Amino acid sequence: MTRILASFTAEFRIAVRNRWVAIAVVMMVLFSAVLSAAGSAPTGALGADRLSVTVASLTSLAVYLVPLVALLLAFDAVAGEIERGTLPLLLAYPVSRAEVLIGKMGAHLSVLALALLAGYGTAAVAAVAVDPRALAGLPALFRLFWSSLLLGATFLGVGYALSAWSRRPSGAAGLAIGLWLVAVVLYDLALLAGIVASGDGFFTTHVFPYALIANPADAFRLFNLAASGATAAAAGVGGAAASIPIWDSLGSILLWPVAALMLAIAAFRRVVP
Amino acid sequence: MTTTLTLFQLTKTYQGVKALDAVSLKVGRGERVALLGHNGAGKSTMMKILLGLIPFDSGEVQVTGAAPGSAAARKRVAYLPENAAFHPALTGREMLAFYLRLRGEPVSAAAGLLDRVGLGHAADRRIGTYSKGMRQRVGLAQALIGRPELLVLDEPTSGLDPVSRRDFYTILDGLAADGASILLSSHALTEVEARTDRILILSKGVQVAAGTLADLRAQAALPTRLRIRPAPGAGPALAAALADGVPQADGALLIEVPDGGKLAALARVTALGGQVADVDVEPPSLEDIYSHVSRRDGQ
Repeated sequence: MTRILASFTAEFRIAVRNRWVAIAVVMMVLFSAVLSAAGSAPTGALGADRLSVTVASLTSLAVYLVPLVALLLAFDAVAGEIERGTLPLLLAYPVSRAEVLIGKMGAHLSVLALALLAGYGTAAVAAVAVDPRALAGLPALFRLFWSSLLLGATFLGVGYALSAWSRRPSGAAGLAIGLWLVAVVLYDLALLAGIVASGDGFFTTHVFPYALIANPADAFRLFNLAASGATAAAAGVGGAAASIPIWDSLGSILLWPVAALMLAIAAFRRVVP
Repeated sequence: MTTTLTLFQLTKTYQGVKALDAVSLKVGRGERVALLGHNGAGKSTMMKILLGLIPFDSGEVQVTGAAPGSAAARKRVAYLPENAAFHPALTGREMLAFYLRLRGEPVSAAAGLLDRVGLGHAADRRIGTYSKGMRQRVGLAQALIGRPELLVLDEPTSGLDPVSRRDFYTILDGLAADGASILLSSHALTEVEARTDRILILSKGVQVAAGTLADLRAQAALPTRLRIRPAPGAGPALAAALADGVPQADGALLIEVPDGGKLAALARVTALGGQVADVDVEPPSLEDIYSHVSRRDGQ
């Protein structure tokens, strides 16, 4: 535990010094503020409170932003140690590779949590300030917060694995951006293309729901939209939320961080310093 | 004498090339052993194997009675890598606090360790602002944490100025006196000569010489040099008397005496009486032995 704490403390300090905390916080606050301002128009028509509507918008934002921030925090974790030449000494210490990674993940999750608190907090304050009924949306916002952290943990873990595989920070950064594009952008486009081609065929009815749940970003979006009942406010893939049981998407967002961490540890164990 | 480190017939192959070929070594408690060799001779490879960082092909390795890289071994072994590197965003104190926590030692010990290596004044500056010598000293400070039984030091004095080198070896002497075993590699042969108990010379992964400096001298059987300074005005006469002497720039004569012929040669010189002002006996240095061994090996 002390050893995990050692890794956590050092990594968090480095994140503060390298301005990652500031960058992540500013990014989240900025986007949340813009969304709060832009999302104010349709409130009355939907009859939902202002914060619930904002949560629906924030969900769509978080699907893109949280994985991106997580991958940015993660890509240097192993490759950076290799490039700086600090890995041999670290691994000569009586600390397991799992402990090193868990400490790093704790620190990076804390950075993410700070950014999310600031961003989602801004949105909550903005919503409550103009609509007193918005307090009703707080549970949805809280759900968005912890599920965002789980989504972040997933992409942190996968980012560590990429970092260990590529061994160079530049290569790891490239892989991370590639993964982000595929998992968050192209995956949905491919699914949509599949639906268009299949119509009401086998793909749409039997493959598509599982394909959505298998992707942590889509599972995150489904879970939040389904749970908040705000599907009406969402378009596109989110519209599918109604047809998939909430337990399936919840299971996916709970399992992914564990799987990603195990993948990262396995990849790190294969690194020969 | 208890053995801290045992290597027996250690062999490691990298892509068909033998990085280490049947190397054997024992390091006892409180012993200081120097590992010498050209770049690529296998020194760093050997160190990484006994730290458990890389696997080996065959042979036996025991580190403080445990398998290399096992939790028990890592607890008792300290390492200073070649060109020690640290995260530039952390201060010296924070970096040491990190390593102290990993060894389960109190973080408050950081200040004392930094003082011990002469970095107390820079403890709260970021390592990114440190010079190479200062980083090397952070490396030494972390190697001192928690009374290790074996210190593995890869080129520990590279980047240190002469005064720091002397301080460094003083610290090592203290550790060895307390019972710690030390295995270090170095290119600076003269400092190793005076400051270590035994020497192992590697060449292309093969152990070409091992033993105390006296052993190595005997094995190499290199000539001893006599440097003879003539009395005032006796230069030409002395040169005539010692026809095998090679005149030096300062007027002295240099005679190379084969191994075992030192006393006979000295008797010859003392027989010349008043013509000789002074005689210096220069035994073969580690440098001589080293280049002899390396040449013999075709390098």
